Amino acid sequence: MAFFEVNNLIKSFGKTKVLKGVSFSLEKGEVLAIIGSSGGGKTTLLRCINFLELADSGTISVGGKVLYDGTVDKKMSDTKMREMRLHFGLVFQNFNLFPQYTALKNVMLAPLLLKIDREENIASTARELIDRVGLSDKADFYPCQLSGGQQQRVAIARALALKPDILCFDEPTSALDPELTGEVLRVIKGLKSSDSTMVVVTHEMEFARNVADKIIFMADGVIEEMGTPEQLFEHPQSEKTKAFLSRSLER
Amino acid sequence: MIQHIAEQFPTVFAALNVGFLQTVKLFVVTLLGAIPFGLLISFGSMSKIKAISATVKTVVWIVRGSPLMIQLLIIYYFPGLVLHTPIWGSGEQGRFIAAAIAFIINYACYFSEIYRSGIQGVPIGQTEAGKVLGLSKSQIFFKVTLLQMIKRIMPPMANEIITLVKDTSLARIIALQEVIWAGQAFLKGSQGISGEIWPLFFTAVYYLAFSGLLTLLFGYIEKKLSYFR
Repeated sequence: MAFFEVNNLIKSFGKTKVLKGVSFSLEKGEVLAIIGSSGGGKTTLLRCINFLELADSGTISVGGKVLYDGTVDKKMSDTKMREMRLHFGLVFQNFNLFPQYTALKNVMLAPLLLKIDREENIASTARELIDRVGLSDKADFYPCQLSGGQQQRVAIARALALKPDILCFDEPTSALDPELTGEVLRVIKGLKSSDSTMVVVTHEMEFARNVADKIIFMADGVIEEMGTPEQLFEHPQSEKTKAFLSRSLER
Repeated sequence: MIQHIAEQFPTVFAALNVGFLQTVKLFVVTLLGAIPFGLLISFGSMSKIKAISATVKTVVWIVRGSPLMIQLLIIYYFPGLVLHTPIWGSGEQGRFIAAAIAFIINYACYFSEIYRSGIQGVPIGQTEAGKVLGLSKSQIFFKVTLLQMIKRIMPPMANEIITLVKDTSLARIIALQEVIWAGQAFLKGSQGISGEIWPLFFTAVYYLAFSGLLTLLFGYIEKKLSYFR
């Protein structure tokens, strides 16, 4: 069994079926990029993986253990939900940093509240993470004093602070000015060297091609095509994939 | 005329101070009660359970939709005159408790609507960010959204609280011995002074000074909270 497995995930909002049975698996340390047009279900998939939405059916497993089974886990305790969420980290499109805390405190807040370590250790780990995203000189700045790219890098550090098994990114550069996307993508790429497993929903085709080990093209709530970057970009099989790629590359 | 007022001033000033103390007491007790009670009401009106939210919204509508003066009269007189069980007693303390209850209920309803707009005004992404970091609901509320909510509600709360300063005068209707009552006493006759209207007019100075002080305080708090957006 693969390290991270998503099996036959189905999710509807009212009458609209957004995910129509999505399955994939990922080995530890692999990077998965999910591409596709808006409305294809990419963000919903990511939100189901992070339990911000609960899938109607399907299973999500990490490390060989089924964390979530949509057919039985509809009502669960707050505690169980929190435990499940800790396997995953999520970096949002619009950062969602806590505005009233400094960059450093944003990174430290959850570890402090969850008491995962002693305070001085949490602080030193947080400083290392801030350092790793290249913002050591901005540790004591408030989010409103940082650029979008810097805020997103803090958000990445914040997500890393809890050492999630799988780190997810929901279009991490879509809210950024073009000249700021590079710094964020470089940070994400830099994380790859370590053993972190990542799922990145992105519109940055170059990035997906260079960094991902596996690419999923999603359309209309299903995985239209899945493969290595080479397979998908050089030899797309599906007509929808071909059409999407030619549209994306035109831009 | 001036000399006349100057002669009466020490007596009037002392009496007005006593009255103003009661005004401030009503103000403080109302805030102490209405600030937390309003939060409870706002949670009630946002409840996912339809029966709760509908009931709470109806109560808020009734309280906000009718004059505070009538509410004061009903709360003070209803138990004694209609139910024949005068729970408030006849003294000043009974009037104060009845007034405080009316004010707390009334202001809690106004505050609840301000809180609701404050809570709903904090972007949902803040709560979601807290959730994916494994925080509990109460941790998200107290450590993430509360301060952002406070920042958002400061201007309308300041407005409401300054209105409360002046609204305390409505308690005069049930003869609570607050500053207006104290000023009016010199019209009817008290401590050898009668037929004087200036003490009543002079009470406005107390309200002005008090609301001026509060304006400065709120300005200070808003400035303190301006370090984040």
